[in-house]
Amino acid sequence: MKTKIINWIDQRFPLTSFVEHDLTGYPTPRNLSYWWNFGFLAGFVLVLQVVTGIFLAMHYKADVSLSFDSIQHIMRDVNYGWLLRYMHAMGASAFFFVIFVHMARTLYYGSYRAPRELLWWTGQGLLLLLMATAFMGYLLPWGQMSFWGATVITNLFRATPFFGDQVVIWLRGDFTVGDATLSRFFSLHYLFPFLIIGAVVVHLVALHTVKSSNPSGIDLADHDNIPFHPYFTIKDLYGLGLFLMLYSVFVFFIPDSLIEPANNIPANPMMTPNHIVPEWYFLPFYAILRSVPNMVGGVVAMGLSVIIFAFMPYLDRSRIPGGARHRPIYRVQFYLFMIDMLVLGFVGYYPPTDQSILIGQVATLCYFGSFFIVPFLSKVEERWLIKRGLPPEVMALIESEKHEISKKGGKL
Amino acid sequence: MENEALSNSDRRDFLVKLTSVVGGAGVAATCVPFVASMNPSSDVLAKAETEVDLTGIPPGGLRTVAWQGKPVFILRRTPDEIKEAQASNGGSDPEPDSQRVKNPEWLVVIGVCTHMGCVPNKEGAGWTCHCHGSQYDDSGRVTRGPAPKNLEVPPYHFVSENKIVIGKVA
Repeated sequence: MKTKIINWIDQRFPLTSFVEHDLTGYPTPRNLSYWWNFGFLAGFVLVLQVVTGIFLAMHYKADVSLSFDSIQHIMRDVNYGWLLRYMHAMGASAFFFVIFVHMARTLYYGSYRAPRELLWWTGQGLLLLLMATAFMGYLLPWGQMSFWGATVITNLFRATPFFGDQVVIWLRGDFTVGDATLSRFFSLHYLFPFLIIGAVVVHLVALHTVKSSNPSGIDLADHDNIPFHPYFTIKDLYGLGLFLMLYSVFVFFIPDSLIEPANNIPANPMMTPNHIVPEWYFLPFYAILRSVPNMVGGVVAMGLSVIIFAFMPYLDRSRIPGGARHRPIYRVQFYLFMIDMLVLGFVGYYPPTDQSILIGQVATLCYFGSFFIVPFLSKVEERWLIKRGLPPEVMALIESEKHEISKKGGKL
Repeated sequence: MENEALSNSDRRDFLVKLTSVVGGAGVAATCVPFVASMNPSSDVLAKAETEVDLTGIPPGGLRTVAWQGKPVFILRRTPDEIKEAQASNGGSDPEPDSQRVKNPEWLVVIGVCTHMGCVPNKEGAGWTCHCHGSQYDDSGRVTRGPAPKNLEVPPYHFVSENKIVIGKVA
């Protein structure tokens, strides 16, 4: 009976072939480490956010006179409302954490290199969508941080040439962030996750065309790829278990740890809190905004700091496989860049003083500087590594894979 | 004759281009109401004027009123503060104090930092914005970045000695 039904469907829709081609049988490099778990985790958190969000929307009211209280209503009166809200609020942080690790892995192993540029760029688009969604969601509780965060960020559009002021008023639907802003942010906060789902499909189609990269940085021959199921379903589920433990610690034991206390005060358009900070995942970019003394320059620098990653496939001119794994100079650069990100994060958190501004400016220069030296450094490093010779096991791997692939008429 | 018309590819290309342009214009025109719907609605625009009674503000005192949902600082300056404000032209956006006030005793400025829109706090002489560290003097002029411009002076006029209307020049 079952085969009969499946046969009936298969004649009308490519069910079995799709499942075999893209799910169970999808060829996956056998040497993937746990750093390759984070794409799956991002997908999981996306589902988590959509589900908790839809249930929260059943109780939330997008109206300046009601929204702050409706959050309290969710926290106190709605059955398990506290859980839904904490899962959603912590889920946003978890999403960024997972995405940042996913991006760091791509940078470390050079997974952005040909032929995976489009995969990297669709990922960049997803990051921008995620940032927009998180930013709009943060206004909804209508606390002081919500209000002033939205005020500052919508003000960034004043940097638009010619119509800056009009663009800001248009975005807000009012002269200040107000009821019109809140209701449109709610509408768009509900819409954007579905755009993200659409973009994820594009991301996955690109992935399944070029296949996963792997720690060796070499495209593997068929015999070194194994079916996704059961090998990577089980590996992803194990990673998911670890992730859920960490996530649960935050949701159940320290749910307020990442929520600014000032956001428990209802929004007051007449008074800015003394110390406004964005959510932790925006801190490095916020620090860059503050480091540039000129307003338009700051906005441009902040925008560039997010999209500059897209240039990596062209900035990195080295052909040495495996990213930082086989490239000592790039590896040092990678870790220095991570440290620089942390420094920027701290600078973004602290109120502006002469000292913190100076540290922020130096860190901003290092941030952009590390992208600008990649083209030169990667070439110098490549020459040096070729002269020195790659480690024998890498050469052996390249040779054997090349042999296997050329036997099948492919190319390396 | 009919065959000739059908095989005329120039005519077909022209029609394709024409319908594409008309269709594109239609799509663009359809976008207008959607984009316009996001601009301030009539009830928001109706809040455009605010009347303020100035009695009860002591010399050196500051009152913050809402105009179009934005805070407006009304500072009653002491003779010393007036002298100091008139002595300089401000910082990175120089402007004489006389152009920023209608009556030197009363400074009326929009209390929105020209950098990112926070509300600066009155601290000693002038204001400090805690978001990104901009500073303004007692004429609302920027004395330390990152704010690019002086605090904006809203359109207002005195209807009597102790009453102003913000939102309208006269």
